[in-house]
Amino acid sequence: MSSLNKHTLSVLVENKPGVLARVSGLFSRRSFNIDSLAVGETENPDVSRITIVVNADSSPLEQVTKQLNKLVNVLKIVELDPQQSVQRELLLVKVRADRAVRGQVLETVELFRAKVIDVAPDTLTIEATGNPDKLDALLRDLEPYGIKEMVQSGLVAIGRGSRSITTGPALRAA
Amino acid sequence: MTRPTPETLAHRATPATVAAAAVAAVSPTPVTGAGSLVRSLEALGVEVAFGIPGGAILPAYDPLYDSKVRHILVRHEQGAGHAATGYAQATGKVGVCIATSGPGATNLVTPIADAYMDSVPIVAITGQVARPAIGTDAFQEADIQGITLPITKHNFLIQTAEEIPQVIAEAFHLAATGRPGPVLVDIPKDVLQAQTTFSWPPTLDLPGYRPTLHPHGKQIREAARLIAAAKRPVLYVGGGVLKAGATDGLRKLAELTGIPVITTLMALGAFPDSHPQHLGMPGMHGTVPAVYALQKADLLVTLGARFDDRVTGKLDSFAPEAKVVHADIDPAEIGKNRHADVPIVGDARHVIDELIAAVTGTATGASAYEPWWAQLNDLRQRYPLGYDEPTDGTLAPQYVIERIGALVGPDAVYVAGVGQHQMWASQFIKYEKPGTWLNSGGAGTMGYAVPAAMGAKVGLPDTPVWGIDGDGCFQMTNQELATCALEGIPVKIAVINNGNLGMVRQWQTLFYEGRYSNTELGTHKHRIPDFVKLAEALGCIGLRCESKADVDATIKAAMEINDRPVVIDFTVGKDAMVWPMVPAGTSNDEIMFARDVRPNFDEDDL
Repeated sequence: MSSLNKHTLSVLVENKPGVLARVSGLFSRRSFNIDSLAVGETENPDVSRITIVVNADSSPLEQVTKQLNKLVNVLKIVELDPQQSVQRELLLVKVRADRAVRGQVLETVELFRAKVIDVAPDTLTIEATGNPDKLDALLRDLEPYGIKEMVQSGLVAIGRGSRSITTGPALRAA
Repeated sequence: MTRPTPETLAHRATPATVAAAAVAAVSPTPVTGAGSLVRSLEALGVEVAFGIPGGAILPAYDPLYDSKVRHILVRHEQGAGHAATGYAQATGKVGVCIATSGPGATNLVTPIADAYMDSVPIVAITGQVARPAIGTDAFQEADIQGITLPITKHNFLIQTAEEIPQVIAEAFHLAATGRPGPVLVDIPKDVLQAQTTFSWPPTLDLPGYRPTLHPHGKQIREAARLIAAAKRPVLYVGGGVLKAGATDGLRKLAELTGIPVITTLMALGAFPDSHPQHLGMPGMHGTVPAVYALQKADLLVTLGARFDDRVTGKLDSFAPEAKVVHADIDPAEIGKNRHADVPIVGDARHVIDELIAAVTGTATGASAYEPWWAQLNDLRQRYPLGYDEPTDGTLAPQYVIERIGALVGPDAVYVAGVGQHQMWASQFIKYEKPGTWLNSGGAGTMGYAVPAAMGAKVGLPDTPVWGIDGDGCFQMTNQELATCALEGIPVKIAVINNGNLGMVRQWQTLFYEGRYSNTELGTHKHRIPDFVKLAEALGCIGLRCESKADVDATIKAAMEINDRPVVIDFTVGKDAMVWPMVPAGTSNDEIMFARDVRPNFDEDDL
């Protein structure tokens, strides 16, 4: 599927037990695939923010958004325009790096403004943040050395500029 | 913090929700969690709850013992759920059912799913194992909140006794307002036993719940413009019009504009069957003129309907020439199955009132659509609803149902099961008033009729309530007749007994070369069970009718009995089929008037 159909939804929800299950269950029930999901508290501890990347055409996306809006614990849904927002993922990757190639691996780390967070005689563990394209590029460069293990967070995103989506009557009420 | 506004409450003037605002304030009083639950139900004006006690819910049954809330002890939790639904559909109030944890709760799953599909306001209260035991696979533990997530409008697992009044009030508010639906409240046993204080009214805290009641003026004007421009419009009316109490407005709108009306299975009674502008029901077993009107329309004015697959047939050939005005209180219904040219989100009553205001002055009545009416009237004449007398001397099921409707009349409530008898009851009983037809439309739950009739009769004790059931359906839930007999709920149940799972058999006749795999029930051949003896065993009067000559006398005999439930075994032929029919998955254009008879549409084209 083309990445043109990828949409980033910021879903503000009441910070209550079971809300994530309601949201994720709705996607599977209505036959939608979630590419990525990240959840955490906002500046208001009563409100959590779920960032969902979903692969869908605009009309099914509209349907899933409306269904999400019907969930009683969902306060607000905003689709973030990739041009008008900053999108980041976190990557932790354990790369084979013995004495012979360690210099080259460190050079790659430097290039991508990544960080080494753990060192072993034959491996380096690297932390990197960035948009999905940058992390893909980093992984492509590290691949030849041998990736022993990797873990990636869901995408989080926030709109550019001074406007905030977490203000508004509904959210104040929460 | 949100409070239900007077308008939200007036929107569904259910005593339950109004009571939430109107009841005298109660200052903090010490009670148990169970006491707080029962006090909350009383404060909400709940008259009746259907349920069965068990271990986890047991604490709640102690204060219920002295409560003014009438508890009706059912024989199976499924019966409690459908009874709550029947009560809610007949009265417009919120229905209440109660079950214990584990299997008690899971037995509510079918009626909850049923109420969800048909947008019926019920509140299900379930006991849960004590909080420390949750998640340990304790005795009679089931994650009923998780299980009912996809089939409730919302559900709650109460964590502390203090929150009971608020959560119960929120549950009723959610169930009754916006697009109505079932709400489940799961309460751990130790929360019911805990000491707390009860005070009333609570403050509702539902910041994410804001149903849109008033339509957008611009959309209303756009709809009025399309109505004025249309040559072949249709008012496609769904159950939302009944739920919004908008039937008077609907009639006004229809008569003002002269537009033909079709009412879906969920909307029967929303517009009088006898009205000259009523074309009948659309869909798989709809009338030829109703199905044709949709297919040839240039405008569908859709009010509280959802383009269900049983109405549209094959979606991409449904109403191919029509522009669509789609009004619904649930924004997610608009554009879900069919693109809406004019989407209107709002309560059907407000939408219809504003449409009336917008078309007043420009509407010219039926004369505006003379060629359209000429076509439709011609089809009405050529393809009326009807049936053939069986040639094998058996009793025609359609005749039985037609006579029940004629003798019992339009003021009674009719409650159908699911299958052929349901379709015949939709076709051959004439519905003139809202709330006189209850059935399981979306979910198609066999076994709905007996418990739903019980609930309807409890809600409307002075109204005759007739269940029209099949021999298959009846065997799924007839245990509730024991409840009816003991609790003084004198329903009538007409079992249209063709000895078979009739609708499945019809499909086997039409699509499986008459290979009748597992549809013969033996209620004819072996008379197992004997419905008359079964009725008597359950404390009811049992009657049997096997010939056309006895039909009227049997119905009248049943009508005379009002001190206990009556079951009539109408032994009917097994070969009758429901017509017209749009075979599943095909276009509405393929409608069959009868077996091997397709209506001739082509010559009717403009």
